[in-house]
Amino acid sequence: MRALRIVASGFVFNLKMVGTSSFFLLTAIVQPVIFATIAFYMYRSGDRAGTLLYAALGAGMMGVWSTTLFGSGGLIQWQRWQGTLELGVGAPPSMTLVYLPFSLANATTGMYALAATLVWGRIVFGVPLHFVHPWLFALALPATVISLGLMGLVLASTFILYRYANALANLLEYPVWIASGLVFSTSLLPGWTRPISWALPPYWGVLALRHAALGGGVWMPLGLVVALGLVSIAIASYAFRWFEHLARARATLSLT
Amino acid sequence: MIHWFRVFFVGGLIAFRGLFNWIRPAMYIPTMFGSPLFQLIFFTKLGQYAHAEARDFYIVGNAVQACAMSSVYGMTMSVANERWFGTLGPLLASPANRAAVFLGRGVPVLANGLIVSAFTFGVGAVLLGFRPGLGALPALALIVVVTVSSCTCFGMLLGSIGLRAKDFFFAANLAYFLMLLFCGVNIPLGDLPGWMSGVGRCLPLTHGIAAARQVASGASLGHVAGLVWTEAGVGLAYAAAAYGLFRVLERESRRKAVLDTY
Repeated sequence: MRALRIVASGFVFNLKMVGTSSFFLLTAIVQPVIFATIAFYMYRSGDRAGTLLYAALGAGMMGVWSTTLFGSGGLIQWQRWQGTLELGVGAPPSMTLVYLPFSLANATTGMYALAATLVWGRIVFGVPLHFVHPWLFALALPATVISLGLMGLVLASTFILYRYANALANLLEYPVWIASGLVFSTSLLPGWTRPISWALPPYWGVLALRHAALGGGVWMPLGLVVALGLVSIAIASYAFRWFEHLARARATLSLT
Repeated sequence: MIHWFRVFFVGGLIAFRGLFNWIRPAMYIPTMFGSPLFQLIFFTKLGQYAHAEARDFYIVGNAVQACAMSSVYGMTMSVANERWFGTLGPLLASPANRAAVFLGRGVPVLANGLIVSAFTFGVGAVLLGFRPGLGALPALALIVVVTVSSCTCFGMLLGSIGLRAKDFFFAANLAYFLMLLFCGVNIPLGDLPGWMSGVGRCLPLTHGIAAARQVASGASLGHVAGLVWTEAGVGLAYAAAAYGLFRVLERESRRKAVLDTY
């Protein structure tokens, strides 16, 4: 019960914080709309028919990932700048529990991205929003967002030791878009990248959303999204404990 | 005149070292080399999947545009961070020539933009098989220098806005992403609606990228001279606008006593 209260209050608190941030506004709404527009025009100038909804979903997921990534990258760094990291570490609940709601709130903000690209695509490009399995889409969306939030928690835990977390966050935006095949098929990538794609929740998440919208098996990718989310939280719990101990032992917790 | 050049070169270099003292290889390499590398791969693969343009179209577009990472953000920070670090007051209290102070900051940023663009072209050659031909390289290099300069001038304008604006990073981020859309980096201008291609033609990068594409596919420098001169003209216009805005905002900030305030 206490854990749920921590998650709920942390979630609402962080949602309010990111809601006032122009950076998150840019990452969650403006940037996905711009990338969706680029993708729409690229698809239009090519000869692939019926791919505009495919592009809208992918561009929306790009926004979900960017929001999660920069939120997670910034999570530890902003706490350092504000001088509140030690308070979070020193609080009785585990670090995982303290920062889980933050990461979930970041990913939830990313849902704006998907909504923005779908609405933009419908209004400006006339993308038909006819989903083959609307209920499964409604189920796959929160599952994907939560799973990405949990993946963000893994990233946040590793950033405790890394002083330049923001730079690493800048680096990781495009590679995950590429390896997850958000707006193009991963079959274009070399074979050795395939296991990397399989290990990424966004890969299965976009597959679940795409199949729910355009047709195809939803349950398998959806199950894998949930499974990877559970793996992520297990890794994050362990990593938070380990990296927190290392940072305390080396006295590097608050170094900026 | 010697004094002017001293402020321009030495002042610009010292300002760069001071304002970017937080840059370390662990930060510089992922941001300046990692992001353009993956951006290049992303758009090339997207174009390939969409059956849109040929591979070289995306390589040239993104390799030239990669300089904006340095030019837009770097130049914005070169001016606006004086305010953030609380050193704007002492800087503006000095009798140094404002044009030398202001323009000198663009030199290290320009050099950095060239490095980033050159690296991205190199990646295009090594990983994606970009082969413009040896004869095209000098012309390509000249076009990239002109385009990076023009982009740096655009960054100066954004930096000037940062003298007063509260959230100048929002403007810089927005400008950076809009340039990806409007400047023909990944979409031919002819595929964009008229108003969008019109806006694109008023921005830096657009004419430079078009010229670089033609040179990479075998055209001579003379053939694209018009585009190169237009790119240079766009850059000069932005530099003049940036300097004018800088002076106006400086005077207004002094008059209203809002230097260094947020």
